[in-house]
Amino acid sequence: MDFADSPEEAAFRLRLRAWLAEHNPGLPQSSTADAYWDGQAPWHRALYDAGFFGLSWPEEVGGRGLPSVYEAIVDEELAQAGAPPRPSLGYLVQGMMRHAAEDVRRRFLPGLVSGRERWCQGFSEPDAGSDLAALRTRAVRRGDRYLISGHKVWTSYSDEADWCLVLARTDPGVPRHKGLSAFAVRMDQPAVGRRPLKMINGVTREFGEVLLDGAVAEAADMVGAPGEGWPLAMTVVSHEREPGELGYVARYGKAVGELVAALRSEPGRFTAENVRDVAWAVVEAEMLRLHVCRRLSDRLDGTSHGPAGSVDKLLMTRVEQTVGHAALGIGDRTGGIEEDTWLKMYLYSRAQSIMGGTSQVQRNLVATRILGLPAS
Amino acid sequence: MDVRLSDEQRALRESAARLVGDRAPRSVAALADAARAAGLEAALTASGWRELRLPDPDAPDRPLASAVETAIVAEELGRGLADVPFLGPTLAAELRRRAGAEAAASIETVLLRPDLSGPAVIEDGRTRCSGTAIDARGATAALLLVRTDHGHDLACVPVAGTVAGTVAGTVAGTAPGRDLTRPAAAVADAVPGRPPGPARRPLTAGDVEAWSAFALALTCADLVGTMRGAVDLARAYAGVRHQYGVAIGTFQSVQHMLADAFVSIEGSSSVARHAAWAADTLPPGEALAAAAVAKAYCGRAAREVCETAVQVHGGIGMTWDCLAHVHLRRALLSTQVLGDVGASLARVVAHREIGGGPDGLR
Repeated sequence: MDFADSPEEAAFRLRLRAWLAEHNPGLPQSSTADAYWDGQAPWHRALYDAGFFGLSWPEEVGGRGLPSVYEAIVDEELAQAGAPPRPSLGYLVQGMMRHAAEDVRRRFLPGLVSGRERWCQGFSEPDAGSDLAALRTRAVRRGDRYLISGHKVWTSYSDEADWCLVLARTDPGVPRHKGLSAFAVRMDQPAVGRRPLKMINGVTREFGEVLLDGAVAEAADMVGAPGEGWPLAMTVVSHEREPGELGYVARYGKAVGELVAALRSEPGRFTAENVRDVAWAVVEAEMLRLHVCRRLSDRLDGTSHGPAGSVDKLLMTRVEQTVGHAALGIGDRTGGIEEDTWLKMYLYSRAQSIMGGTSQVQRNLVATRILGLPAS
Repeated sequence: MDVRLSDEQRALRESAARLVGDRAPRSVAALADAARAAGLEAALTASGWRELRLPDPDAPDRPLASAVETAIVAEELGRGLADVPFLGPTLAAELRRRAGAEAAASIETVLLRPDLSGPAVIEDGRTRCSGTAIDARGATAALLLVRTDHGHDLACVPVAGTVAGTVAGTVAGTAPGRDLTRPAAAVADAVPGRPPGPARRPLTAGDVEAWSAFALALTCADLVGTMRGAVDLARAYAGVRHQYGVAIGTFQSVQHMLADAFVSIEGSSSVARHAAWAADTLPPGEALAAAAVAKAYCGRAAREVCETAVQVHGGIGMTWDCLAHVHLRRALLSTQVLGDVGASLARVVAHREIGGGPDGLR
């Protein structure tokens, strides 16, 4: 049991640190400004091209085939440098690696991993949020193609994406979990409409609605077998709950660094309550860093996913919302009545207990799948 | 980096769980079962686990076992509410090794300040001391520190006879102390002597910091174990207690409380594991900072988790005969030792230099 770097890991860390000293684009937090999205795609490609993204994924899909714990090093160094976090798309990669046929993996994963092609995930619908299996988007086969119609919402990166992983009903005649399939759908076709949603923090480019009106998907671009949509969706959402997959240790590390810097810059301005709140943010963020070290180490035995992701999602939510409350307190002392970045950071933190499965759903899963309590 | 437990460490965990197993108190009444307690004590003595921090004969500067392994034992003892001395003797052995002193001939613990917030220290010129000997069952003496020009020397006070003979199992008994499984002894105005087995070197400031980091890491491990035991207890109860015609564990409100408790344990486990690793690996100041993060997190979590265990038991949880409060009490004591939640958070503030002045957190 060793938290320290091996010689190879230490050398990697130094290389990354040196690279970051030159290439940190200094973007604002994604939770605070639309400007982040101008720099996000170049950042993804730069990180990938320099050999610092997709480290633990297999080489045939564009990864580097390194042990999972290298991701923890990347997150620590990104946080230390105050650099943007790594792009959060590991859950799509995991879903495709597990469920897609080999030709589909080869066609899509390299572009997804390298950032040459941008992806979003079309799962939720207006009437299918927590109850995802209630989704109504239909896909009907016409020869070598499927025509897809429906309405997706709360779709992260829908504005930026070239492709959408759409979950749709292909067989209405079977029980609802069994009739779903997943498709890679091109976003730049006339039958796909996008409407950005403005979030409570004012950010307009992070997520939106996707309207599918007979959108075309090649049958060959089905991801997984017909009817495999639900297991694929469960793989994706379970990895979407893992901070080690999302790279959120870097996000919180950067935010905490900014909180600490604010306190140090004008100590006379802040109250004991501010100091206490930031100290708890330090403690929570450090907990998550160490927890991710533990989870990524467990993966050295091979990737697994399961109900533990719900535990991690709940831990991650506590971290983000503790950081958010500390930011709110700092903003109260510095921003006056202006809407400032601290307020935006706080407002965005409320999303963490909703997106990727609400905290209430996660608690149900922990209670029934881990603690063995009977489903109510 | 690979923070998985090794095969040997997993085997140690299983051994410790087995040892505690049937011999641990499974009810409040069992706390007063002298034959059971003697069996647990004999098993722990035979295991040699109280000596894990004595010098390795092949490398006298190093302990026989790492802090990670010692913490594994502490966690299992906490989980089973083991009413045997471990924390106190282990912390005493750690002091002796650092001072190059011989092992104690009989069970020995440590003397802390009366509020347990740090080690008892005799300042220049004083000859008497007061404090609390923690985890003092069966102990004949407690070690404390004497400040000198060159650091700290060890001293010792007798505690035999001051520990209440029976601490639990009686409703109308005398005040049993906070923790029903690990009685403490108050030491008032005692004249310390030199510990048997002379020390070969004074303790440096770094020694005291490293010892404090180790002590905090052990208390965190005990808290994680105590929390696990509390949730196991509450989960089992939620499965058998029926109201409205169904087990209360089917209610979402109860499920969500227990889920939150479980989540807190997992976060605590991650910081506690790191603190134990740090205690033997990082420079003393960094080890203490890691321990402070862990203690703040685990201390806050432990009270919430054990309170949840009481709540899930409803009215039963308010009765002396329910084990939930034994977990809560053990957690409260472990939280106090060497710095509670507030003191640990103050250490985090100091280490990250965010206090902004002398009255930072006050």
